[in-house]
Amino acid sequence: MTGFTSAFTLLSPQGADMSGEQGGADRIVRVASGQGFWGDWLEAPRRQVEGGQVDYLMLDYLAEVTMSILQKQKERDPRMGYARDFIGAMESVFEAVAHRGVKVIANAGGVNPGACATAVLEAATKHGYRGKIRIGVVSGDDILDRLDELLAAGHELRNMDTNEPLSTIREHVLSANAYIGSTPIVQALEQGANVVVTGRSTDTALTMAPLRHEFGWADDDWDRLAAGIIAGHILECGAQSSGGNCLHDWRNIPDLANVGYPIAEAKADGTFVITKHPGTGGRVSVPSVTEQLVYEMGDPHAYITPDVVADFTSIRVAEDGENRVRVHGITGAHPTPFLKVSIAYRAGYKAVGSLVYAWPDAMEKAQLADRVLRERLANLGLHFDQILSEFVGANATHGALAGDGHDAPEVQWRIGVRGTDRAAVERFTREIVPLVLNGPPTVTGFAGGRPKVEEIVAYWPALLDKRAVTTSVSILE
Amino acid sequence: MKVRLLDIAHARSGDKGDTANVGLIALTPAWYPVLVRHVTQERVARHFAGQITGDVVRFELPNLHALNFLLHGALDGGGTFSLKTDAQGKVYSTALLRLVLDVPDDEARAAGLPEA
Repeated sequence: MTGFTSAFTLLSPQGADMSGEQGGADRIVRVASGQGFWGDWLEAPRRQVEGGQVDYLMLDYLAEVTMSILQKQKERDPRMGYARDFIGAMESVFEAVAHRGVKVIANAGGVNPGACATAVLEAATKHGYRGKIRIGVVSGDDILDRLDELLAAGHELRNMDTNEPLSTIREHVLSANAYIGSTPIVQALEQGANVVVTGRSTDTALTMAPLRHEFGWADDDWDRLAAGIIAGHILECGAQSSGGNCLHDWRNIPDLANVGYPIAEAKADGTFVITKHPGTGGRVSVPSVTEQLVYEMGDPHAYITPDVVADFTSIRVAEDGENRVRVHGITGAHPTPFLKVSIAYRAGYKAVGSLVYAWPDAMEKAQLADRVLRERLANLGLHFDQILSEFVGANATHGALAGDGHDAPEVQWRIGVRGTDRAAVERFTREIVPLVLNGPPTVTGFAGGRPKVEEIVAYWPALLDKRAVTTSVSILE
Repeated sequence: MKVRLLDIAHARSGDKGDTANVGLIALTPAWYPVLVRHVTQERVARHFAGQITGDVVRFELPNLHALNFLLHGALDGGGTFSLKTDAQGKVYSTALLRLVLDVPDDEARAAGLPEA
C-alpha cells in the first residue's frame, strides 16, 4: 500500500464543546435543498435563498447515470464534464452568497470539479462578485488514472451485483469515481469557502458536512452523523419530500406550481425539523417525508455511507405544526472500511422507437406491428443482445398486472434493441417508420422520425479500501 | 374480506442497479400490523411472478409504519442498460398497490379496513 495515505484520518475534529461560542444548544442551522438532480427546476435555488432565512444551499446534481453522461461530455470537450446548470444556479444566488452569508454546497463538479469551479469564478467575475466568492474544490474521488495501479495492488473492484472482477471490462472503462464523504467538504468550510464544489461526493454528505462543521460533531459521534445523513437523504431529491411526486393525498396537495423545496432546521443534538418557506406550495407532512425516507432504500438497518452507517429503523417522525415535521431518535454506527466506487464503461448500443395505434383494436394492431418488425429484423439477419417491446397505455409500467390492454383507446407500441453491433442497431432504427405505410392500420405518432442510436455507458458498482483514496481541497478565488 | 392495498397504504419506489425497492407505508398506524401479517415476502413474490427474475426481500420499519421490499431483477438490467420505460423502477410503487389481500373478516372489522 506504499504511497497510499488515509484521507479519513487527516481531519482533526473541532473541539467537542463549541455550543457556547456558537449560540447554545438551541441554535438552529438551516440547510435548504435547491436541486434534486441535474435537470431539476431552475427556479428552485433562487427561491430557496430569497424565500426566508437559510444558512446553506445544498444542490445535488448527480445520479448514477449522470456520471456517465458527464464523462461523455468531457470526452468531447475537456473543459466540460460538470453540471452546467450549476453556473446558472450560482448566477441566481451570487447576491445571497456574497452579501448575506449563504453558503453553497454542490456536487456539480461531476467528473471535472476544477473546470466547474473555474466556470463559477468566471461567472462571478462577469457579474461583479469577484473577491466575494471563495470556492473550495474537492478532489480525489476520481480514480480513473489510478485503476491499473489499484488492480496491480490487489484491489479487484468486483461488481457488487454480479461479483465479476473489473478485469472483464477494464478496456471499456470511461470513468471511475469513489463516493467520498463529508470530511473534505468540512475541510473546505474550515478554510473559509462559501462555495464548495465536489465531484462524486455522496448526496447525503452535502447536507451532513455543513451540520458537522457548524456543530463540531466529532468524527465518531455516530448518532449525530447518522442524523445528518438522514437529513441529507430527505433533502437530496429536492421537492420529493415536500409534496412533489407524493402519492399520499396527491389531489389535495396545494399549489404545486409554486412548490416549496425542503429545508432542514437542525440542532446540535442531531434532531431536526423538515419544513419549507412560508407562502410556498406543496406540503411537508409525515406522509410526504416518509415517502422520501423509503425512496431508494436497501437494508434499512444499514444505510452505508463513508462517514457512518445510519439505521433508518431508528427514525421517529412527528408533525410539528403546519408544514413542519420533526425528525429525531436517529442512531448510527461505525462505517465500513470501504468506499463505494462508481465505474462507467462502454457497453454497446441501444435505440428505442415508437408508433401510436388508435382504436379500435389498438392493442391487437400494435402487437401485429411488433410481430412484423421482429420478422423483418430476423430476415435481415440482424442480431441483438435484447429486443424489448412494451405497449404504453396497456402494460408498459405494470406488465401483466395491468391486464391485456383490450379496448384501449390508443396504444403506443414502444420497441427497443440493445447490442454490441452498432450497424445492427442503426438498421433497426430504419425499420420502424416504414410500418406506417406497410404495416397494420390506424397508426400515427411518427413525427419524431427515426430514433437515435445511443451508446450505452453502463454502471459498475464496486467497493474499494478507504485507505486507497486520498481527498484534497484547493481554494479558488 | 377483500382489501385493496391501494386503500390502506401509500408507497414510493426507486432503484439500485437491477433491483427496485418499494417502500410501503400504512395510511394509518393501526393498519401497519395488517401489512406486516398479510403483505409477506412470499405474497409479494407471487404478485410479481413473471415480472421479476430474482428474489423478493422484505424489511420492517415499525417506527415509520412501513415495509421495504427489494425486488431483485426487476429492471431489465437497470440503469442505462435497461430498455424499459420504467428503467428506474419509479412506478413499481403502484404496481404493488394493485395487490388485493384476503383478510379474515373479524381481523378486518377490528382494524376498520375498507372493503374492496
